[in-house]
This record gives sequence, structure tokens and C-alpha cells, in this order.
Amino acid sequence: MSQLYALLVGPFADMAGAPLFLVEVLIGGIASGLLYSLVALGFVLIFKASGVFNFAQGVMVLFAALTLVGLLERGVPAPLALALTVLVMIALAFAIERLVLRPLVNQEHIILFMATIGLNFFLEGLGEMVWGANVKKLDLGIPDESFKFAGVLLNKLEMTAAATAAVLVAVLAVFFQKTRIGRALRAVADDHEAALSIGIPLRTIWVVVWSVAGVVAIAAGIMWGAKSGVQFSLSLIALKALPVLILGGFTSVPGAIVGGLIIGIGEKLGEVYWGPLVGGAIENWFAYVLALVFLLFRPQGLFGERIIERV
Amino acid sequence: MIYREAGQFKTTYAADQAIFPIAQDRWLVLAGLVLAFVVPPALASEYWLQAVLIPFLVYALAALGLNLLTGYAGQISLGTGGFMAVGGYAAFKITTSFPALNIVAVFLLSGLAAAAVGLAFGLPSLRIKGFYLAVATLAAQFFLVWLFNKVAWFTNYASSGTITAPPRQVLGIMVTGPEATAGTRYVVALAMVVLFALIAKNLVRGRIGRSWMAIRDRDIAAEIIGVRPLRTKLLAFGVSSFYCGVAGAELVFLYLGSAETLAFDINLSFLVLFMVIIGGLGSILGSFLGAAFIVLVPIFLANAPHLLGLGLPVALQKQIELMIFGGLIIFFLIVEPHGLARLWQIGKEKLRLWPFPH
Repeated sequence: MSQLYALLVGPFADMAGAPLFLVEVLIGGIASGLLYSLVALGFVLIFKASGVFNFAQGVMVLFAALTLVGLLERGVPAPLALALTVLVMIALAFAIERLVLRPLVNQEHIILFMATIGLNFFLEGLGEMVWGANVKKLDLGIPDESFKFAGVLLNKLEMTAAATAAVLVAVLAVFFQKTRIGRALRAVADDHEAALSIGIPLRTIWVVVWSVAGVVAIAAGIMWGAKSGVQFSLSLIALKALPVLILGGFTSVPGAIVGGLIIGIGEKLGEVYWGPLVGGAIENWFAYVLALVFLLFRPQGLFGERIIERV
Repeated sequence: MIYREAGQFKTTYAADQAIFPIAQDRWLVLAGLVLAFVVPPALASEYWLQAVLIPFLVYALAALGLNLLTGYAGQISLGTGGFMAVGGYAAFKITTSFPALNIVAVFLLSGLAAAAVGLAFGLPSLRIKGFYLAVATLAAQFFLVWLFNKVAWFTNYASSGTITAPPRQVLGIMVTGPEATAGTRYVVALAMVVLFALIAKNLVRGRIGRSWMAIRDRDIAAEIIGVRPLRTKLLAFGVSSFYCGVAGAELVFLYLGSAETLAFDINLSFLVLFMVIIGGLGSILGSFLGAAFIVLVPIFLANAPHLLGLGLPVALQKQIELMIFGGLIIFFLIVEPHGLARLWQIGKEKLRLWPFPH
């Protein structure tokens, strides 16, 4: 009985007892949720445009962060280093299109998915070989300290990250809706063949979309890197974008954002209020199980396209 | 092959459907098996048994299990490491609770435990498929590893959090534990893998295997012709997890000797997945070829620079290994999506006609 109470009533009593703390937990959840969204965005972009489930997105985040930090460590000024990193990611997009996607065109989705797992390992090895495997600090000049706002403790770094993510999402939305390339991307996502027949160059589009995903990966890499250091575990954190995708649906940009927020908040609430009951560290799997339960009720995600199948 | 099969006529359906329909194949495989049982324990060094042959057999069993699920039934799983962990920890709990129980029976029981867990995590496969399912199996991976890490009961409250294979005998011979020789452990692992490969081969060419392949190729069409998706998919998850569970128990008891949850992390899942991809999806032989490949590549990479007179630092070696793994996977998918098993088959066809082109 007392255990049931601790499970079902206690956490809510705690929440009601300390509303300010609850707000802090929620804001922390939103902040990390936005970061998950950033990684998930990269997945969605590529999945929408090319139907490839890019497992390597997490390592692309790591790779981008490693490149940036590596350049900074060698004394390259920050703006130049950032520009160079963008160039590296675009070059990477070209290489991936040329060496991986083009030979595998028209293969089944599962084959392409496995190819990106291979890419995942390749990039991980390459990044660590070029830039070293030790944990690196990424200093943005934003102190990782807290300040009080309306009685609530906020973290400067997290707030900056959240703001950046929000801006990036807005820019991407405009890019997709208003620009010529953005429209071409959406056309390709809808129907490859129809897009080809009205003269949209598929290969260019793939390069563009992998480049955009690369740039999103840089942003995610900077934010995560500033928060927890640039190291291998970054790519594991990025794996958490997968349950985010499941919640939001693989093909929806708003879904990625909302899914990220739900996972971020759910995870923080679970960890703070229910974690102590089962021994803590439930952040590792909570998101996956949440997604799993969710899948049972709505297999296509919150905003995903309904899957209609014919024989 | 080099030999000719002319003059071998099949007069019964049973002869026609044999696993090795050609007499020479049959004898070669049989001879190979006898040699595999006799020669390595007698001749191979401790290093070869411990670093190459035993891991190869253990991984081959795990790859067999995953191949049944992914290659034959078409359900992607990234939770292999989790299911192997269930096998390993179940074996440890069972054998420490019932020390008198034969260790082979313990392996089988731990396989059953893993199968039960696999069934539970296979349930979502009824509603979701493809990538969504892959992510769902990740839940199994992370949750199970966390569970074994957190709940001290599974390790018998060992302060170090590791499980250690206790000494156990079969027919008076020490099979597990520190006193078991590498040769004995090799023979046990080999016997298990041969038995399970035979069972798997017979599963996939019978009714069950055909219903798996029907589900894999077109699930809705399969349902229409009367294959029940619920039973078929769950059976695939159950059987696959059973294999993985036994492999997990062997990993701890025959190969590593003691293990923490770290041994079963997500990298193990990927490793086994790679064996299946490189070896060949939907091929029993492929599981063995893939396992051999993945076990041998790191050893080759560790030794090749020395032979060339170059000394590579360990970290660099690890990174090159990752790059080569990744590169090879992409290469294989581009060149031959059906893996080493398909290459073997093509080679055999060519040799059959050799030296004449037609």
C-alpha cells in the first residue's frame, strides 16, 4: 500500500508542494527536449527527402562537434572555424551522396538503413582518428551558471541553447515553405518520380538535404558539446532522438519539435519524481519505453502520415 | 566444385530435399565436422582457442538467432545484446540456485528465459514494422541492461556487479569456471552450435520457416493466404531470443568467464547485426561466415602492422578497425547485398562449370 502510494500519489504531492521546483524541472526538460529536437530534425530532413533512415545522424553531430573543437584547439579563430566546419559537413554530404547513396539507389529501405549504420562506424573512427578520442571542452563564452528569474532558477547555457534551437527551427520552417530549394525538397519528399519528371535534379537535392542535416548537426553538436563536453557519448545521446522521432512521426518537422519536448519533459519528470523509487538512472531507457508504449496506440506517431497499405 | 556430381539420381523426395543433396558435400561436411571436434582441442594453442575459435562459435550462435529474426522473418532487431544479457544472467541465477543441475540444461533454460523476454518485447511488432520496430527493440536493449545493472538480485548481491561462471562438471569433466580448459569449452560450444544450426536449418526449410519468409516478403499477402502474423512473428521473436539467450549464457560461461552488463551493451547488438549483414541475411551458412569475419578482422588488424614492421598505437588501431568495419559494411551492401554467403554460392556455381564457361 505504501509502495502504491509512493508510486501513484507521492510524486504528485511533491509537485504540488513545491511548484517553483516543478517549474524548474519543466524548464530543464524543455531545454534538453529542444536539443533532442535538433538532432531529430536532422533525421526528419533526410528521411523526408530521400526515404533514408539516417542512423548516422548522431555520429554526424559528434563529427561536427569534433571538427569544430579540433579547429578551435589549433588556434583557428571561431568564425573561421565555424565556416570551415560547415564546409566540411557539405563536403561530407557530397561524399556520402557519391559513395553511398548513388550506388545504392533503388535498393530496399532496410539496405540503406544498414548502410547508414556502416557510415555511423566509419565516421566515428574517422572523427576520432583525425581529432583524437579524448574528451574536449567546448567553450562558447557563455557561462554554465544559473540566475534567478521570477523566483525560478534558470541556466544561462540551457536558455541560450533553447533559443538557438527555436531560431533554427523557425529558419528551417521558412526555408522549407518559402524558398525554391525548400519547395523542391518537399516535392522530392512527396514523390521522387513526379519531382524528377518536372525537372528537379534528385542528386543535387540529396546533397542539399544532407548538407542541411549536416549544418543542423553542427548546431546540435555545439549545444550538446558546450553542455557535456565533446566526447563519444555524444553519439549515444543522439540515439535518444529516435524515440523522439517515434513520438513525432518520421516525416513531420513540427512532430520532431513536439516529440522532443515531450521526451525531454517526460524524462526529467520521470527522473526527478519517480527515479528514486527504482534506483535512479532511468533517463537511459525511459524515453524508449515511453515511445514503445506510445507506438502500441498510434503506430504512425503524433503527426506522421497514416500508413495505408495495399497488396 | 572440383568434383562432379554426375550420376547421382534422386529417387525419393526425401533424398531430393536433403540438406546436402550431393554425396561429396555430405562427406566433406561430415569430415569437416569430425576434424573440427578433434583437431583444434588437440593441436590449437590456448590463444587460438580462447581468442578466435570460442568467440567465433558463441557469436555464430547469436548471429544464427538474429538471422532467424531479421533475415528470415524480416523483423529488424537492435536488442540482441539485451536478449543475450537475459541469457547470461539467467544462466548465472539458475546455476547458482541449483548447483546440481547439468550446465547444458542450464544453458537451455536460460535460453527459455530469454525467449520469454523476447516474446514480451516482440509484442509491438504486431502493430509496428520496419524502422519503428528497430527503435522499439532499442527499448529492450537499454531497459534490460539497466535492469541487470540496477537490481543487485541478478548478480547475487556481488559488490562488484559482475557475474562469474562457477565451476561446473559434465560427466566428470570440468566445463565452466576457471579450471575448465579452453579445449573443453571449445568442444561444448561447438556441439551446441552444431546442434542449433541443424535445428535452425530444419526450421527454416519447413512450414515455420516458410511462413516467416512469407511475412518478411509481404506481410499482408501472407496474412491473406492464411499465415497468422501474431503467431508467426512472436514465434520468430521467441526462437531468435532463445538462440541469443543461449549464446549470451555461453558468452559468460564458456568465453569470458565473468562479465558485467558492459559486455552486453548496444555495441554487441550492432556487432551481431553486422555479422548477419556481412555474412548474408537469410542464410544459415552466412551467420557462420559473418561471425568468422567479424572475429578475424580485429585480430588481423592487430597483427598485420607488426608483420609489416609498423607499430600502431592501440587507440589508432581501434579507430582504423571502426573505419574498416563501417567501410566494409557499405562496400558489401553495394557490391553484394546478400553477403558472404551469396559470394560463396556464386563461387560454387563458377567452380561447378570450371574450366568450361558453359
